[in-house]
Amino acid sequence: MVATAVNGRVAPAVGQRVDISSLSHQFELEGDPLPVLDDVDFSIEPGSFVALLGPSGCGKSTLLRLLAGLDHPTRGQLRVDGSQVDDPDPSRILVFQDPTLFPWRTVWDNVALGLEAQGILRKSKSRVDEAIRLVGLEGFDKAYPHQLSGGMAQRVALARALVNDPRLLLLDEPLGKLDSLTRLTMQTELVNLWQRAGLTAVLVTHDVEEAVFLAQRVLIFGPRPARIVADLAVDLPYPRHRGDPRLSELRREALVHLGLASTW
Amino acid sequence: MSLVEPALSKGAVVQGASVRTRPALWGLGLAAAASWIAAAGVIELWPETVPQPYGRELALIALAISLALIIVAVTGRALGAVATTVRYYGAWAIAGALGLVIWEVVTAKTGLLPVPFFSSPQSILEVFLDDWSRLGISVSYSLALLAKGYFFGALTGFVIGVTIGWSQAASYWVHPVLRIIGPLPATAWLPLAFFIFPTSGSASVFLIALATAFPVTILTWSGIASVNRDYYDIARTLGAKPGFLILKVAIPAALPHVFVGLFMGLGTSFAVLVVAEMLGVKAGLGWYLQWAQGWAAYNNMYAALLVMALMCSTLITVLFRVRDWTLSWQKGLVRW
Repeated sequence: MVATAVNGRVAPAVGQRVDISSLSHQFELEGDPLPVLDDVDFSIEPGSFVALLGPSGCGKSTLLRLLAGLDHPTRGQLRVDGSQVDDPDPSRILVFQDPTLFPWRTVWDNVALGLEAQGILRKSKSRVDEAIRLVGLEGFDKAYPHQLSGGMAQRVALARALVNDPRLLLLDEPLGKLDSLTRLTMQTELVNLWQRAGLTAVLVTHDVEEAVFLAQRVLIFGPRPARIVADLAVDLPYPRHRGDPRLSELRREALVHLGLASTW
Repeated sequence: MSLVEPALSKGAVVQGASVRTRPALWGLGLAAAASWIAAAGVIELWPETVPQPYGRELALIALAISLALIIVAVTGRALGAVATTVRYYGAWAIAGALGLVIWEVVTAKTGLLPVPFFSSPQSILEVFLDDWSRLGISVSYSLALLAKGYFFGALTGFVIGVTIGWSQAASYWVHPVLRIIGPLPATAWLPLAFFIFPTSGSASVFLIALATAFPVTILTWSGIASVNRDYYDIARTLGAKPGFLILKVAIPAALPHVFVGLFMGLGTSFAVLVVAEMLGVKAGLGWYLQWAQGWAAYNNMYAALLVMALMCSTLITVLFRVRDWTLSWQKGLVRW
């Protein structure tokens, strides 16, 4: 396959479009409202890779849970492909920071979870094998989660998401707990998976380098209650190179928006 | 008793691994065999103060044990897992021979302990050899009663536990009832149960079920309540409906707790079983004990206690096996 499209995208655009308008959300904390998202507006083009960057606890993960349909927003509109998000749906899959594999299930059974839950496992067993192959874990089908390293477990979590052919992949700091070497490898793999599957990817991270290295667009959030303070376009084709001067320029720019310019 | 078991079996595995490097001849085993031969000698050659039947048979059993130990001692690893287990308990084999000799001396040989209340080893052997059919029938009655009560109790406890662990409304209504009635010992219901139920058998099944259900309910409930919420979120984003969340997420995640409840329930069910058999049901080991007491047949009581201990520990072991098999994913033993 020869990548000719902009940004090296080769797969057909099957990703979902995301439209968020005037979105606000708050939690109840001991009876007092705790606002976490304040009037957030943005859209995500189908098939693009967007990173949500911001300080810890600023509400980025809440935004992902809302997009996944696990929680309902206090105010505002959340639309995926034009329709309101009310409930979780296998077309939008959330990958957590912890792999959260089911310890009583083997790798194969963990990956098969979504198909089993939807009652279509019998017809699509080959998809499970394919997903396991896709993340490079052939031969580990019968292993239990406690036998896997952190990186392998997170790959299984990715396979568990990808087997459902999601059209919107919501990544909540999926590489956050990995050691730095595994992390670099997995970043590249994540880009490859996204390119191959042609889905829309939304990555929440507080790692500036990860955001600009992976995404086509970086939305920077301020401290809680979160609102967008900057919208950076990362106009570099894939595969990217960590030493690219344009990347470090973008990192500096991101740090400025995060109020950390003095550390550059 | 339940806590000791896994440690023992683990110990056996470790011991098995180290045995492989040893020479085939097993010195400790030969010493144990010698001590059993000595025990047989004491039993056979030292005259009894009160003549006892089956002294010769007891001596022959001791010789048979020493023969078995010799075989294991000289065949090395040829006997496989049996040899591994026997070798692990080598020191116990010596202690057992010593204990038998002391017991034999203070009862049959010298009469140091008063005869009707303290039985000699051969008089207990006598019960096994002469009254085995009645003992056997008693065991089968006890097992049947326990099986019925435990099955219904465990099932009820599990279902109630899952229900109140899952549903807020069920928890609201059931929890206060459980708090008040649960801690009441099942045996306290005994007079009422024998009065209400048509037969003492059905009353006993009810009581055993009650005793089993309480710990199983509480532990199942706490197991379901402590399931990592992320498991549900993950399953829901993957398209899981409530039925799937209960059967494929909540219950498997709660199973380790459920098994703790099953062990506790089994323990309390033994107590209720014996009491129920002593007071109501005219069968089973509890009844046998009561019956033996009526005839002042102390030998029979010791024999029945021994059988009961074997039965209970065997059942606990069986439950351990079931747990180990069901929760094999918990073990970190298989690695590459």
